[in-house]
Amino acid sequence: MSDSYLRLRNIVKSYDGISNAVDDINIDIAKGEFITFLGPSGSGKTTTLMMIAGFEDPTRGTIDLDGKDLTVQKPYQRNIGMVFQNYALFPHMTVAKNVAFPLRMRGAPRADIGRRVAEALELVGLSRFSERHPRELSGGQQQRVALARGLVFRPDVLLLDEPLGALDKNLREQMQVELKRIHREVGITMVYVTHDQTEAMTMSDRVAVFNQGRLEQVAPPLEVYGRPLTRFVGEFIGDSNFLQGRIEAGANGKLAIDGIGPVCAASELGAGAPAGPVHVLIRPERLRLIGKEPRPDLVATVQMRVEGTVNYGDSLLVMGQSGQIPLRVRIAGMESGDVREGRTISVGWCADDMHLIPGS
Amino acid sequence: MAGVVTAAPATATGPAAIPQGPGAGSVPWLLLMPATAALVLLFVLPIGYVLLLSFTDPQVSLAHYQRIFAVPLYTRILFNTFATSLTVTVICLLLAYPLAYVISRRNDWISLVLLICVAVCFWTGFIVRTYAWLVILGNKGPVAAVWQGLGLGAPPQLLFTSFASTLGMTHILLPYMVLALYSVMKKIDPNLLRAAASLGARPNAAFRAVFLPLSLPGVVNGSILVFTICLGFFVTPILLGTPKDMMISQLVNQQIEELLAWGFASAIAVVLLIATSIVLAIYNRFVGLDRLWG
Repeated sequence: MSDSYLRLRNIVKSYDGISNAVDDINIDIAKGEFITFLGPSGSGKTTTLMMIAGFEDPTRGTIDLDGKDLTVQKPYQRNIGMVFQNYALFPHMTVAKNVAFPLRMRGAPRADIGRRVAEALELVGLSRFSERHPRELSGGQQQRVALARGLVFRPDVLLLDEPLGALDKNLREQMQVELKRIHREVGITMVYVTHDQTEAMTMSDRVAVFNQGRLEQVAPPLEVYGRPLTRFVGEFIGDSNFLQGRIEAGANGKLAIDGIGPVCAASELGAGAPAGPVHVLIRPERLRLIGKEPRPDLVATVQMRVEGTVNYGDSLLVMGQSGQIPLRVRIAGMESGDVREGRTISVGWCADDMHLIPGS
Repeated sequence: MAGVVTAAPATATGPAAIPQGPGAGSVPWLLLMPATAALVLLFVLPIGYVLLLSFTDPQVSLAHYQRIFAVPLYTRILFNTFATSLTVTVICLLLAYPLAYVISRRNDWISLVLLICVAVCFWTGFIVRTYAWLVILGNKGPVAAVWQGLGLGAPPQLLFTSFASTLGMTHILLPYMVLALYSVMKKIDPNLLRAAASLGARPNAAFRAVFLPLSLPGVVNGSILVFTICLGFFVTPILLGTPKDMMISQLVNQQIEELLAWGFASAIAVVLLIATSIVLAIYNRFVGLDRLWG
């Protein structure tokens, strides 16, 4: 990205000097962007966040904010807010005192503090609770207080470390919407850490996928979902079918899929696609159930024996085998017809439904 | 037998059918009996007897109590007891706070070693530790030897002074203070201090605004423990201290052992008991006795 605001360059973190918890991370985050660090636990996303906050020092590499080196600053010198998973509200202070804390620490004038605390509580919809103590609030309310406290001093960046992890599902979805609204209203740069792919997909401008200390891909949610750069990203985000295939030299848009045969993949393959083994990703909702009428648009059809179904109401997930290949098919609820365990169905896909990732 | 047979289907109908007859209700009381009997026999009765003695020995009167508060010697001992206890408490607090802070905040071998040291100290009998001070501070002890080795002349009288007694009591009660502080400090979420830092608080400000207030319950608990134990402390002051700066329990001992004045000794003991109860009552009013052990 050209308009880089928060810039991480070649960040390495090693605790033991042998293995790297974070291994050569490079990200450019734009001003006002909502970026999510997504990955399984132990993938280095939280460690990276801690290095931006200043609670961990990178072993190597630089972190710049607006062109200035951040790594030479102590956490309290960086103008970076942080929201923790367990809220980390000060239990001995009222909501108002909690939110006023960063302003007091900066020596803001008293009248100013009162006004800005009121504004911040208004923003998160907690004006009525200013004199309560944190323990008198629900988890969702406490997290809003933490949010108000992290925003009230107008930080350059707000870091959120799995902030919704401790909330139940309904509240989590409500808070996701709320967080997006606040992000729109305040326009502050937010770095959000989560292992929940749904959160990452629904909230982010871009998603950075971490795996084993490395960055696998940084891209907008739809691109991460539709055009993953690695097999890990394809499997970690969303439901997936992976077939093993091969592009032969000079095959001119032809792809050989193991157990299925040659398939035309013209739209995915440029004329000069390099030969070699490829992973073929087909999302379950891109596999189409074939009825009686002919479908000339399909590049492949296979017979699949149904071994199990999960009904989600709006859709039906069908799990089964086509020869030796396990397949997952998601069909819209209305089209599911009489798909049942033990039956054999025909499914097919178009060239556009495949995404190819080089490798074996 | 018939009752048992008819009751069986009722209990089998569901897990909610917990027996609640009059017979079942008395089981908890039966279980409480041994402890209650022991308390009454070994605690309530003797204290009642002491109370009785203080009013009746040798004849029924309030004379003993009048004497305690009228004779300057005794009010001075009373005052000295409180002053010494306060001194020991304050010194313990000043020494224990940084120690407990380090033990609770570091998560490495240093905190483990320190914690083990405190625990060993805690489990070593206080009589053993008192005798150790007798050796250390004695005329032929290491302190005197170093003093003479430095050519400073005759060593000062260390043993049998209020200094020695205060030192000994501080040493013996320090683990109580450390553990009371530690148990509270350990529960302070480290993320709170990180949050404070991310909100712009320098380490000193974060300590003052967040850590110190949250550790105050430990300060109160530890101080109450040390202060109340100190008020009635007997062995250490009598072995290390001086009769000139007597503590109240030494006075009780003296009255019984040397003067056989059971009535007067009982009255002093009652005053000590009341004083301790007042301290605990104040604590209970503002904090709650159930929180004394963390």
